[in-house]
Amino acid sequence: MSQEKIIAVKNLSKKFGNFIAVNDISFDVYKGEIFGFLGANGAGKTTAMKMLIGISKPSSGEALVADFDVNFQAEMVKKNIGYMSQKFSMYDDLTIKENITFFGGIYGLSRNQIKEKTTQLISDLGLENEVNKLVGDLPLGWKQKLSFSVALLHEPKIVFLDEPTGGVDPITRRQFWEMIYAEAHKGTTIFVTTHYMDEAEYCDRVSIMVEGKIEALDSPKNLKQQYNVTSMNEVFLKLARNIE
Amino acid sequence: MKTIVFIIQKEFRQIFRNKAMLPILFVLPFVQLLILSNAASFEVKNIRFSYIDQDHSKASRELISKFQASDYFNIIENFASKKEANLQMQKGKTDVILEIPNHFERNLLTDKKTNLSVSINAIDGAAAGIENVYISQIINSFNQNIKSQLYQYNDASYIQPQSIISIPSFWYNNTLNYKTLMVPGILVLLVTMLSLFLSAMNIVREKEIGTLEQINVTPIQKHQFIIGKLFPFWILGLVILTVGLLIAKLVFNIPILGNIGLIYLFTSVYLLVVLGIGLLVSNYTETQQQAMFIAWFFMVIFILMSGLFTPIESMPDWAQKITLVNPISYFVEIIRMVMLKGAVFSDIAKPFSIIACYAFVINSLAVWSYKKTN
Repeated sequence: MSQEKIIAVKNLSKKFGNFIAVNDISFDVYKGEIFGFLGANGAGKTTAMKMLIGISKPSSGEALVADFDVNFQAEMVKKNIGYMSQKFSMYDDLTIKENITFFGGIYGLSRNQIKEKTTQLISDLGLENEVNKLVGDLPLGWKQKLSFSVALLHEPKIVFLDEPTGGVDPITRRQFWEMIYAEAHKGTTIFVTTHYMDEAEYCDRVSIMVEGKIEALDSPKNLKQQYNVTSMNEVFLKLARNIE
Repeated sequence: MKTIVFIIQKEFRQIFRNKAMLPILFVLPFVQLLILSNAASFEVKNIRFSYIDQDHSKASRELISKFQASDYFNIIENFASKKEANLQMQKGKTDVILEIPNHFERNLLTDKKTNLSVSINAIDGAAAGIENVYISQIINSFNQNIKSQLYQYNDASYIQPQSIISIPSFWYNNTLNYKTLMVPGILVLLVTMLSLFLSAMNIVREKEIGTLEQINVTPIQKHQFIIGKLFPFWILGLVILTVGLLIAKLVFNIPILGNIGLIYLFTSVYLLVVLGIGLLVSNYTETQQQAMFIAWFFMVIFILMSGLFTPIESMPDWAQKITLVNPISYFVEIIRMVMLKGAVFSDIAKPFSIIACYAFVINSLAVWSYKKTN
């Protein structure tokens, strides 16, 4: 794995009034890695991620994402990233094909490119028979896989996944992670938040956020050694419990 | 530009996939125009009229027959006593009681002077005022007749009575047809209401379901998104106008004296104001419910202060100033001027330029307050 930085975060903070949601965090993400961004509910993961994808302004500190500054070049950041939110965010009242056309279109793909991408995406996901079905009628697992593929339409350098597998069955989760691996293999950087500790084991490196701060950052193997436990689950519990 | 086309395409797909949309576009204007134009009339008709005739003379019968001949009055009853009549008034069975006193005719002929008592139910003050005018007119014309009769009895050398009769000529709506006034106004309300609500709801809905966040993560530019979002509703507004104008012409036979292109020109700019307000509302609200309440708040003020139901000239000064920022009042004024009076562009140039500035200001505010980054 190359050591080229694709995300560089320095002293990033976000305050809402007196509440400090993200407290002075600094970390780097390298090109092509799967970076797990863990933390309990309310630890500040989503707020931090929103700053990195350019929809929330940092209170202080800086972050470079794909070489663009989130403070001043948020729109350039957006060109180079894909994002899949924990809330399913495609249009339920449009068909699979129409959703792909729309999102491809607003990322600036041409009609021909969209056509090619649609054909490829549909065959990759095996959705040939559902292509003209409304997205709202699909099962959740399919929606999530579709969402991920749509986030990759414009071939972003980094893709941010906010709890992508929340609420889906173990088989679909496994398939989903296979998709993530395949994409990382192509050189795309994956930045993923999750609450499933088995998924944390799949990451190249993970950071664990507790109350707005990053308390640990290393590969799952090193973290387990460091805390002298056998699973990421225990690492997580140890860290979260220490604080309480 | 290309991006905008993708958004417009998506919006139209969603609009027409919504099963409620076609009825909203075609049935709603029809029903509203049909019901409101026929019902919302300020004419006071079918006044329930009763009288107490204590004189039983030729003169008193003549007076009553004048009321009978009028289209506005329905004679309910001839009461024997004031007490009985008042009871019926309290029960709400009669609107007007005319009391003709004893010796009415005799006093009229000898003293040339007598009194009549009229009681009017004034729970609806406006209607009571109009009823009073009708009654005075009938009694006046009765007076004229009596006067000329009296003078004929007396000295022929006496100067003939001068009576001045005014013959009104009503311009632009010479039959005083209520619908001619109301249909264009109600059409204005329809166009405004539907475009305001549809646009405000639409963007807030994307906030609610979370797709707006997804949009904000894309490199789409603010103006692209806003134009793409509002353009379909601009088209819908013009469609509603067209449906409404067709109904006005075909069903109500409202004259369209002016250039219809002028109405479209004005409406196309006017819709920008309404859609801008819709966007502004959606920028400051988080749910469709909030957006609905705020949109209604503005709508009610705009409607009641539009000059549609009460003339702006009769409002107090401060209220007249408020109507200056009411887009509906300009539209009501212009559509009536063009349809009924045949106004040309130079006649409406001033309100037109005001609305154009209004559109510019509102949309600048709306674009400024739409934030992709919080």
